[in-house]
Amino acid sequence: MRVEVDQPKCVASGQCVLIAPEVFDQDDDGFVELLTDRPEPGQYDGVKESAVVCPAAAIRLAED
Amino acid sequence: MTETLADTAAGPLEHPMPRAAGCPFDPPPALMALQTDSPISRVRIWDGTSPWLITRHDHLRTLLGDPRVSADPTRPGYPHRTAGMKASDQARQTFLTMDDPEHARLRRMVTAPFAVKKVEALRPSVQKIVDDLIDGMLAGPKPVDLVEAFALPVPSLVICELLGVPYEDHDLFQRNTKVVVRRTSTSEEVLAAQRELADYLDDLLTVKRARPADDLLSVLATERVATGEMTQRHAAETGVLLLAAGHETTANMIALGTLALLRNPDQLALLRDAEDPKTVAGAVEELLRYLNITHSGRRRVALEDIEVGGEVIRAGDGIIFANDIANRDPEAFPEPDRLDISRDARRHVAFGYGVHQCLGQPLARLELQVVYSTLYSRIPTLALATGFDQVEFKHDGIVYGVYELPVTW
Ligand code: SF4
Repeated sequence: MRVEVDQPKCVASGQCVLIAPEVFDQDDDGFVELLTDRPEPGQYDGVKESAVVCPAAAIRLAED
Repeated sequence: MTETLADTAAGPLEHPMPRAAGCPFDPPPALMALQTDSPISRVRIWDGTSPWLITRHDHLRTLLGDPRVSADPTRPGYPHRTAGMKASDQARQTFLTMDDPEHARLRRMVTAPFAVKKVEALRPSVQKIVDDLIDGMLAGPKPVDLVEAFALPVPSLVICELLGVPYEDHDLFQRNTKVVVRRTSTSEEVLAAQRELADYLDDLLTVKRARPADDLLSVLATERVATGEMTQRHAAETGVLLLAAGHETTANMIALGTLALLRNPDQLALLRDAEDPKTVAGAVEELLRYLNITHSGRRRVALEDIEVGGEVIRAGDGIIFANDIANRDPEAFPEPDRLDISRDARRHVAFGYGVHQCLGQPLARLELQVVYSTLYSRIPTLALATGFDQVEFKHDGIVYGVYELPVTW
């Protein structure tokens, strides 16, 4: 699985950081930053949930 | 075809409408029924207009994420909550009532202190605020009104610290905020209250600009107003928004949540005995879903014709998003009317959805986690000091909750 974030869309709600802190972080202004675009299989659930919960649809998942 | 509730002889249902007697945590049954019978239908509001009411979780998320749906209350067709809100929304605009790209530009100026890690760093000071207030309650007489003694001061103290507003002035901003969120306030009353709040913050910004401290108003004064990116008046009005949103909502979640837990002792016991912070965090999400204090809904207006769920919402039609009803959608939450703190409720829409989703949500979560994990463990015998049917609910409030909650222990 590959993760992409569209930072200009992000509204800094912090939901992804709460759900999958190993994959997502926020910059100084609160906007999403990817820690890795290749999450471990154990992190897939959190990444998928983050993509669903993200209010701005700023998280996209792609199969390899 | 069966006739839907919305087009029976009586015409569209009223919105808002009273809840069922004895069931103050559940949305009004007739509006709930729309979710199955007619999930996108017209309702009649206070000014005689008939905007659409969106009640299903999936429709709500689709439409609130759609850029053809505008949050601008100055557009014709926008379904205002009350006469007072109409006047105030038209008199001044903050990012809350703007569309992108202006909304994004202005919102970005205030997001920094609400990032998860910065909010998390406040946990010790929030814990101290909560502990001190509980100490005060335990040392004082009982019964006591939990709203006055605890539910309101917690978020008020926290948001004051974050913004850099002296808490000593809380009478001024609590009195005025009450007027703003009361459904029965007249336009004049709301405008006057808002003006008093904005004048107060305007003066404070002048002070901060001369003597900045480590708080959000100082950042706005020195980095945004001083550089001409924002006018001082706009910064003051943004401050009013954060100050008001920061305490009315969380205060109602604390008091109403306490009542809901006292009414569900098995859930309260689960929460009280929880050792894993994840259990507490999950309980907070479930209470946000179940209580839905934002019962007056999100308000929008369509910019273009939009087809959804077999209906066409026309350009210029008003739309009300019923978060409370969407959070009881069985498609999204099995057995939705049950308070179950162990369920996964993260998809709730209590903070809204789309680009306007609540900016302060990490702070609200932190406060509620500290409150719910501390209050019942420190006062295990906490109990309602009055009859359940004596409790007065804010049916007339823009934010739902209780006026008073007499408790003892
Ligand atoms: S959930 Fe979405 S909007 Fe919120 S911080 Fe993450 S990417 Fe940004």
